[in-house]
Amino acid sequence: MRYLPKSDSERREMLAACGVSTPEELFEHLPEAVRLNRPLDLPPGISEYEIVQYFRDRAGETALGYASFLGAGVYSHYRPVMVDTVVSRGEFLTSYTPYQAEISQGTLATIFEFQTMICQLTGMDVANASMYDGSTAVPEAAMMAVRATGKGRVLVSRGVHPEYREVLGTYAKHQGMPVAEFGYVNETGGIDLEDLERKMDDLTAAVIIQSPNFFGIVEQVKAAGEIAHKRGALLIVLFTEAVSLGLLQPPAEADIVAGELQSFAISPSYGGPYAGIIATKEKYMRQVPGRLVGQTVDSRGNRAFCLTLSTREQHIRREKATSNICTNQALIALMATVFMTVYGKQGLRELAEQNLAKAHYLAGKLDRRFTGSFFNEFVVRAPESVNKDLLKKKIIGGLPLGRFYPELKDCMLLCATEMNKRADMDVLAEVAAIKPQPQEQEVIA
Amino acid sequence: MIEKVTPHITQNEPLLFERSSPGKKAYQLPELDVPPVDAAGALGAENVRDGIDGFPEVSEVETIRHFTRLSTWNYAIDYGMYPLGSCTMKYNPRINEQVARTEGLAWAHPYQPEALAQGCLQVMAHLEAALMEITGMDAVTLQPAAGAHGELTGILLIRALLEKRGNPRKKILIPDSAHGTNPATAAIAGYAIENIKSSETGGVDLAALEQAVTSDVAALMVTNPNTLGVFENEIVRVSEILHAKGAMLYMDGANMNALVGIARPGDFGVDVMHLNLHKTFSTPHGGGGPGAGPVAVKKVLEPFLPAPRLKKIGKRLAWDYKRKNSIGRVKAFYGNFGVLIRALAYILAHGGPGLRNATMDAVLNAVYIRKQLEPYFDLPYKSPNMHEVVFSDDRQAAKGVRTGDFAKRLIDYGFHPYTVSFPLIVHGAMMIEPTETEGKREIDQFIQAMISIAGEVESDPQLVKTAPHLTRASRVDETTAARKPVLRWKPA
Amino acid sequence: MYPDNFRYTKEHEWVSVDGDTGTIGITDHAQSELGDIVYVDLPKVGTHLDQGKSLGSVESVKAVSDIYSPVSGEVTAINTELADHPEKLNTEPHGDAWLVKLKLSDPAQVQNLMSSADYQSYIGAEK
Repeated sequence: MRYLPKSDSERREMLAACGVSTPEELFEHLPEAVRLNRPLDLPPGISEYEIVQYFRDRAGETALGYASFLGAGVYSHYRPVMVDTVVSRGEFLTSYTPYQAEISQGTLATIFEFQTMICQLTGMDVANASMYDGSTAVPEAAMMAVRATGKGRVLVSRGVHPEYREVLGTYAKHQGMPVAEFGYVNETGGIDLEDLERKMDDLTAAVIIQSPNFFGIVEQVKAAGEIAHKRGALLIVLFTEAVSLGLLQPPAEADIVAGELQSFAISPSYGGPYAGIIATKEKYMRQVPGRLVGQTVDSRGNRAFCLTLSTREQHIRREKATSNICTNQALIALMATVFMTVYGKQGLRELAEQNLAKAHYLAGKLDRRFTGSFFNEFVVRAPESVNKDLLKKKIIGGLPLGRFYPELKDCMLLCATEMNKRADMDVLAEVAAIKPQPQEQEVIA
Repeated sequence: MIEKVTPHITQNEPLLFERSSPGKKAYQLPELDVPPVDAAGALGAENVRDGIDGFPEVSEVETIRHFTRLSTWNYAIDYGMYPLGSCTMKYNPRINEQVARTEGLAWAHPYQPEALAQGCLQVMAHLEAALMEITGMDAVTLQPAAGAHGELTGILLIRALLEKRGNPRKKILIPDSAHGTNPATAAIAGYAIENIKSSETGGVDLAALEQAVTSDVAALMVTNPNTLGVFENEIVRVSEILHAKGAMLYMDGANMNALVGIARPGDFGVDVMHLNLHKTFSTPHGGGGPGAGPVAVKKVLEPFLPAPRLKKIGKRLAWDYKRKNSIGRVKAFYGNFGVLIRALAYILAHGGPGLRNATMDAVLNAVYIRKQLEPYFDLPYKSPNMHEVVFSDDRQAAKGVRTGDFAKRLIDYGFHPYTVSFPLIVHGAMMIEPTETEGKREIDQFIQAMISIAGEVESDPQLVKTAPHLTRASRVDETTAARKPVLRWKPA
Repeated sequence: MYPDNFRYTKEHEWVSVDGDTGTIGITDHAQSELGDIVYVDLPKVGTHLDQGKSLGSVESVKAVSDIYSPVSGEVTAINTELADHPEKLNTEPHGDAWLVKLKLSDPAQVQNLMSSADYQSYIGAEK
């Protein structure tokens, strides 16, 4: 097997040095009862070419060649070529977690840059070296708020991504952390501040909102913050579309910002791997889960970086750790870092402006369900037949919302980014504008 | 005598923000094919930010140089061996990187219609089946994003089953040799932790276990082989003791590299386990992630697996959301699909016989290292080791040199250190796992380095205590980093 | 090194008593085991402490140790200097780097703790 670097003679030499003549003898100490006495029921190994072919065949049964207007937490943005150039370097790809600082300064420096850029982007003081993804960053942020306030309850907006709320529910159930939801305003699609006020109490550790929310609507972060802070709760603001931060005010009133960085040159890749972040104010620094890289000096007095505040983490604190997390999505975070570098201060803004223009062009031709302001996603009234017709033209339309919001089952969520062509948007608008009556549909079929 | 490395000139490189100046660009966006929109008008002026203060502005050439220079400050598997115990730092096959980027798979959106996601679903179904065969378990979920995440999922599954039976119980037993994620996970899942002492041979002490398993105990979390690299010979008995009291056996699969094709956890009494695809299945560590932590279970736990589950409808695959006993989601979408592709490619490349051969070479390498180093280092547990071996620094400590110092001197010899000070049951642990993808030459160089440093401990302990000496960065001041944390760059 | 007028615990804390005020700290042995101290987590003034229960923790780079209260009482003062200068715990564990002062609820509890001589033989035995 080409990954095993020993020749037969080397293997024999090493076996002899171990006092055995066959590798099987090294396993003789295992009790008979546990041994697998047959070969694994898996076909023999295949060549590199056949592996490529296997995955190409799989890709043949996907949406290769289709245009897409799907968003809903995963966004199609252009991935600059330099991203893969950098992350393909063996020193980044095949290196280990930077516990040995002297030979990991490359990784540590890039994570320090990442932490800095996330702070700049979100307006927070401290950012960690990333979480698994946006969905798991939410319960981690909630647990932080519980630790920081000493209170137990969490209030979450229905405008937060439905699958993120599900993940929060799974974690919360076993933390003894009750989670309640508050609604959105039917007309605007933004959070219902009155509903939030009503459901708020002194036992609430955190109010969690997403902006732009799942419907694409920009939320009233300041007002939500006032309601939360008045009753001694923290405000957690979440984002799933990182590009929005190129244009939108960062949430200054937030105590914790959590989010998903998939938009920053991370392939959609059918759901993962992605990279989440948690960023917060200085006073909550020691409550932050996950890895943190800090600046220091080496024994020669030169600037150096290292993992720090490790006593929060599982390998030291064990059952009293701030989290059980061991990973940071280092390579994924590096993709985001390179993306942020390539676009930079001007580019990220220009990119966001293009997204705004594309989405508003498309929305202008369609029947918007909500009146609130939006960035690059919006909800329209459209029957599912629209998507069927679009597929015939190799266009994937929006996400029908009935599966997550029964009250919105006649609507779909559309996203337009810099990758969507005007021509495809015009086709979509045309198809959506035809609203066939039921009997017309039967005739077409 | 240092053979493997020679000091070399590396480029200095500032942080991005120190290279930045206004107006430099590394990007160009296409012209807009739709009319531009006034941001303040569309979003409300109060919602539009002024700019991103401090965000870098650098050119393309500077970007490439920046990251390339930084990369040269790292050690990596592509450079040489990582003898890190329990990390399984094996070769990351490059073909896996290419296939993960196959366009239809890399650009697949998790919400695209299932009819257009069949290729992705097939990859996942294929991997589930392969992992079931390898582990001897009845069902697999690919949703957890990492090992610790898989552990949490596994413990939540146990809780759900026990709850259904009437009593979730209160505690989880964890060996004192366990990885830190084990107790941290149990705590997050709402269980109290009780430590179980190891026997003198390093395994689970059966008598202590019999005593400790009461009707308050939900499960024992075990690693097999354990963190000493020693197989739990009594594992079947362990499972019987637990099952007799209605408790379950969780296995941390971090050390699967010693078992693939040789023994299957499902055959020796394990009820639920997680796998680390970034260990046993070669997906790259990438400097600290991403990973993936699939969970494999016996039939009795299958109904509780995270939703959705893959199901077959005729010739097609689909996501089944109708799982009323499911513990819920542990992550949005379906799992770290990009990592799953790499693991499947690894399995396809090896095939059944190949996987078994890999395991045998992994164990051969570790036993060989043990034999060569036994004369020089204290070996606290003498049982046969499998894919890793744990020495203690007792002999070197007599000269004032601890495992951490010794590890730093190994860096001067051109190797990444072994795992330092873990497991906790060994005083001054030196945990070494070579994996199967190391050849004799690299291993012999490692052995020579270890022996040479052991000699230096005798003749010049200060040299070892103040190592490393030949690296770009010398020992860093971790104390100041923790006392006065500086976690981001700020302008002067 | 280990003042005679202090009382000591098996978990390496000390307490010194003045009337019904107790002062609590960690011993020189404790700080030396921990290494360079980087952070101290102390309770708020007004907190009630129970003998034997954790009152906070001390962190070094690679380890964290709970501090168990040698006596019961109400916290009247905490050593705020340690927030900026945790390193004092390494140099002055028995003096300037005291941790908390409290109003003792049961002064008799001190009787059950170790004397300086007993503590020194205890740590001698531990080695």
